[in-house]
Amino acid sequence: MKGYRKYFRKKIIWFLITFAAALLVNFLLPRLMPGDPVSAIVGKQAQGVTSATAIQDMYNTYAKEFGTDQPVWKQFFTYVINLCKGDMGTSFGQYPRKVADIIGSAIWWTICLQFPAIIVGWLLGNILGALAAYIRKGFDKVLMPVSLFFSSIPAFGMAVILLVVFAVNLQIAPVSGGYGFDMIPNLSWKFIVSVIQHYQLPFWSIVLIAIGGQAIGMRSMSIYELNADYVKYARFLGIKDRKIVRYVFRNAMLPQVTGLALSIGTMVGGALVAEIIFSYPGLGTTIYDAVTTSDYPLISGSTLIITVMVLIAMFILDIVYGFIDPRVKAAQFD
Amino acid sequence: MKNTIRQVFHSPKFVVGFCIFAAILLTMLIYPLINPGDPLEMIGLGTFAEPGTYISLYDSVTTDTRTFKIADADDNRINSILDSEDRVNMVNWFTVNDIDVSELDISDTDTLLSMWEEYYDSSIKPAGMTKAMRNYYKRLDSNIAKVMNADILTVSEEDEDTGETEEITTIEKTDYVNVDDVANVVTLPLGTDNFGRDTLKELVSACGTSIKIGLIAGSVATLIGLLLGLLGGYIGGFVDDIVMFFTNVFTVIPSFVLLILISYSINQDQRGANTVALVIGLTSWVWTTRAVRSQVMSLRNRDHVNLSRLSGHSLMRIILTDILPYIASYVVMAFILQVSSGILAEAQLSLLGLGPRTTEVPTLGLMMNWAMLYNAHLNGSWWAYFPVILLIAFISFSLNLMNTGMDQVFNPTLRD
Repeated sequence: MKGYRKYFRKKIIWFLITFAAALLVNFLLPRLMPGDPVSAIVGKQAQGVTSATAIQDMYNTYAKEFGTDQPVWKQFFTYVINLCKGDMGTSFGQYPRKVADIIGSAIWWTICLQFPAIIVGWLLGNILGALAAYIRKGFDKVLMPVSLFFSSIPAFGMAVILLVVFAVNLQIAPVSGGYGFDMIPNLSWKFIVSVIQHYQLPFWSIVLIAIGGQAIGMRSMSIYELNADYVKYARFLGIKDRKIVRYVFRNAMLPQVTGLALSIGTMVGGALVAEIIFSYPGLGTTIYDAVTTSDYPLISGSTLIITVMVLIAMFILDIVYGFIDPRVKAAQFD
Repeated sequence: MKNTIRQVFHSPKFVVGFCIFAAILLTMLIYPLINPGDPLEMIGLGTFAEPGTYISLYDSVTTDTRTFKIADADDNRINSILDSEDRVNMVNWFTVNDIDVSELDISDTDTLLSMWEEYYDSSIKPAGMTKAMRNYYKRLDSNIAKVMNADILTVSEEDEDTGETEEITTIEKTDYVNVDDVANVVTLPLGTDNFGRDTLKELVSACGTSIKIGLIAGSVATLIGLLLGLLGGYIGGFVDDIVMFFTNVFTVIPSFVLLILISYSINQDQRGANTVALVIGLTSWVWTTRAVRSQVMSLRNRDHVNLSRLSGHSLMRIILTDILPYIASYVVMAFILQVSSGILAEAQLSLLGLGPRTTEVPTLGLMMNWAMLYNAHLNGSWWAYFPVILLIAFISFSLNLMNTGMDQVFNPTLRD
């Protein structure tokens, strides 16, 4: 178990370091910009506000929230302490709701939409890629260009196409939202059915794109492994094809797990934009609303939460990788 | 070098990708020559004019006419004013007024019209029918009557001094004008967008800007990545530790989040297309750094590099002649991918409302953003968003194809 412990300790330390860096980036970026961040934000917020006292009030509120009169390291401490208390400030677009409150209701929609979609897309993509590498010939000739094209369509483009075809023209799916607009979230049967109906289009738009990218990656990994020397040697030994294929795909899967960990940040970014198309009540739509209303505290809170989500996902994948990678496994016996 | 390029052009995938990309670039360069003008000029009033050829009604009245007797001209005329909804409404009117419609075929225009002429009476006020609906039937009836009865339309002009109207010309049902003779004809292959701009012209210009953004972002990212990768990989030690620390941190923090934060921190009026491109480049160097570093590390202790070092060659010369040629193919491939992801990143930022400022140049992302803001996807104006999606998909498809093609040339294990 010593190997595992060392591996995990290293991973946890990295997780904490990157978490601290993410906090720092989120804190520093708006403060690094030339000029006074508070007046810049107030300038955006105050477009169309004519009363001078109202603008001064806004300025004072933000100055207090940012604590610009204090030295930077002290500001950072206040920021971290507030975060620990779960306080991310007050939203200005949806005053007087708390940022933590808004994000708390949006985050579950995003998690329940994106994680199943990315995992289903990853699994289907890997199966198709492995089949393409194994069967080759016609299947491969068709699948390769099609997957390449699908992975080239931007997530929001796929979302718009699905929306227009299935919701506007065929009218078999709802156009927008996470549940019927005439409903209040509760645990009734009718509400759940409505949620499932609204779930379909955003879900498939993410899955279809993920399939394309993963299939290409898995195909080249599998071809690479199928041409490796150990496969030829195993064939000479007369080991059955099915057994060889199992070894080959297990080896090809390992880089795919890392690939998923590395591409998860990009995928989440694309999927967040796809949410806007469907007005899905998740974090993507929250950021969009925050940008249109110049709601700085909400943007900062949402981006921090997304970073933390991606961090945790990558951490989990690292742990999974530790269990399935033979090299880490072998370290146990040292 | 020459040999490598020849080899690359033997890969069918690369050639297909290259041809698509070249075709897009050529259209982008040639189209503005054929159809010059400001792509952001608002030529139409109102939103989303459908694609097609528009002829000036004013000019066509005074254009010389020819007479043609075409058999189904009347039918076409009636069909163009009676859509399926109108037909259903006509039948509804019959049913409301207790007229037997059991034998009426809704697509049989002749019977429908003769029944309408026989039974319709604008003075009847059926119970429960709203005033708006009654007015709709009146309009429908007068439209039908116009097509059925009037043979000659008279166009007249008001005299400015006397205020009398003076007949200029009469138009008969059998009059036709040649489109070529009409003084003003506008062809809009992709209609107009929500601001009344020529969508095709805008699209071509937007495509150019987006590719430029992709190229700038790709160059910046590749340069930073190459520099950091060479630094970390060749010098090693403490420098390498620092490079790897930053690379690891920025691998985990999604670049999309950085993009949002930086773009938001820059005021919109300072956010030109070039600034956005620069910001995208600054947030996407991580991959190139990682790959270049690991390649350089394996090259560092090769014999030819050691020999160079022993011969007392300068660091610059070693990097330029002994290391760069070995990683060049990889760097070019990474650059191609960076260009494609830069174009995508701009589109995503613009959709969030954080794209370049909107007054100077259109970009593919901004066009998409405008189409979505004005609900083009819900009101059926496909020409405002579909060509944009298709263009983005084709640009990244061609770049990805070139990348896989090159990958197969340089990695023989991947060859078919």
